[in-house]
Amino acid sequence: MPRYPLTDLTAAFALALDMLLRVDRDLLEIVGLSLRVSLSAVGLAALIGLPLGAAVALFRFPGRLAVHALLTAFMGLPPVVVGLIVYLLLSRAGPLGVLGLLFTPAAMIIAQCLLITPIIAALSAQTVADLHEEYDEQLRSLAAGPGQTLVTLLWDGRFRLLTAILAGFGRAVAEVGAVMIVGGNINHATRVMTTAIALETSKGNLALALALGIILIALALGVNLAAMAIRDATRARYG
Amino acid sequence: MLTRRFLLPLLLLPLALALPAGAAERTITVASTTSTENSGLFEYLLPIFQAKTGIEVRVVAVGTGQAIKLAQNGDADVLFVHHKPSEEKFVAEGYGVKRFDVMYNDFVIVGPKADPAGVRGTHDAAAALRAIAEAKAAFASRGDDSGTHKKEQSLWQAAGIDAAAASGQWYRETGSGMGATLNAAAGMGGYALTDRATWISFNNKSDLDLLVEGDKRLFNQYGVVLVNPAKFPHVKAADGQAFVDWLTAPAGQKAIADFHVDGQQLFVPNAGKAGS
Repeated sequence: MPRYPLTDLTAAFALALDMLLRVDRDLLEIVGLSLRVSLSAVGLAALIGLPLGAAVALFRFPGRLAVHALLTAFMGLPPVVVGLIVYLLLSRAGPLGVLGLLFTPAAMIIAQCLLITPIIAALSAQTVADLHEEYDEQLRSLAAGPGQTLVTLLWDGRFRLLTAILAGFGRAVAEVGAVMIVGGNINHATRVMTTAIALETSKGNLALALALGIILIALALGVNLAAMAIRDATRARYG
Repeated sequence: MLTRRFLLPLLLLPLALALPAGAAERTITVASTTSTENSGLFEYLLPIFQAKTGIEVRVVAVGTGQAIKLAQNGDADVLFVHHKPSEEKFVAEGYGVKRFDVMYNDFVIVGPKADPAGVRGTHDAAAALRAIAEAKAAFASRGDDSGTHKKEQSLWQAAGIDAAAASGQWYRETGSGMGATLNAAAGMGGYALTDRATWISFNNKSDLDLLVEGDKRLFNQYGVVLVNPAKFPHVKAADGQAFVDWLTAPAGQKAIADFHVDGQQLFVPNAGKAGS
């Protein structure tokens, strides 16, 4: 990447704008990987977290309170610790070493997925519990079974659950500790926005690092706006 | 229910995106140090090597201690670091095949322009550290078991000073990479030991100046080792060896000598000279 002297905050904004206007090829690659990794992690985490959260909200099973408490506590999992655990699992010396996944985007997706599944599960548990209260009578009059209740509530709550999913995405795309360890910040292979920002900071390219940070924030904003636009469009048409 | 028709695929789309790993045909993983990465050396060398051999080199740049740990777990094909005793131990314990000298540069002591310890222009690293300790001037240490940190510890020992005892006072262990430690030194107006390559290519020098250089003890030798395929069968021995061979052959040595930042040569190739 080009080198820029540190001047001040405005230099960072100018630089961010400049990189976007020039359509910097390295930048596109890094942005693309960031999106690929974090959206994949969110997709996986939603597949696991939404049903898990709904199950915790709806069903009375032994240890339910403990599971709920764990999910809520794990909303604050330290990314570095998650990265370290995934590293130890995926390392050639670890139990899953034969898969050869360490230092690949797949490893980064796994780490981010572990990081945000509790967030999506805990937030959706709350949403589904609220919905359950609203719809309790209706569901009972339909004599809905537990599986049907879960699916119905998740489906009816899909617009509210978007918030849980976006919270997970925000956490995934912004974390650096986990992807740094399991991805290795390898140029043209596993470098994402956050690890690039850490690298440029350590090179003393503070303006460039900040410019990348501005682009990352803009990116997160764009994803959120897009998700909400889709939600509103579908709600208007089918809601 | 029309929504389900595209909401579900939308949810599954990222999973499909995740599948292609995007790997080139021949790749090796090299565990190396932040100094080689931060200085831009790899960005210069690797395309030359790849053009010649078709092998893509993926560098995981961490401190020497962590790089060795990665290689010991079999998570790299080649180890390229700068702490000879650790590298020799790595080979002796059977983790590596053979160690080769590649290049050297030197460490320097940088510090605030005001230089409260009065070490500017001196050439005795241990004496300079003693002066810094006596002045109780802030010193930013890597504190991360890296090659640079190990060098710094040996210099404190030579100076007869137990710097760790002052940890948290004037002696500040950042526990992070060279660049981050230089950022810290710049921020607190303190001294730091750094390799020359990182220093020259570092862009946030602010009030820092190069103050002490030229002590023989500041010599900084880099070595390369192929991770032992007898220990880790998955190690890409042929391609890894090709990288080791190229680095230590005239072509690679010339490429290292040709690498300049701001008109200065950052590393001096010396394969097969210092011997080991």
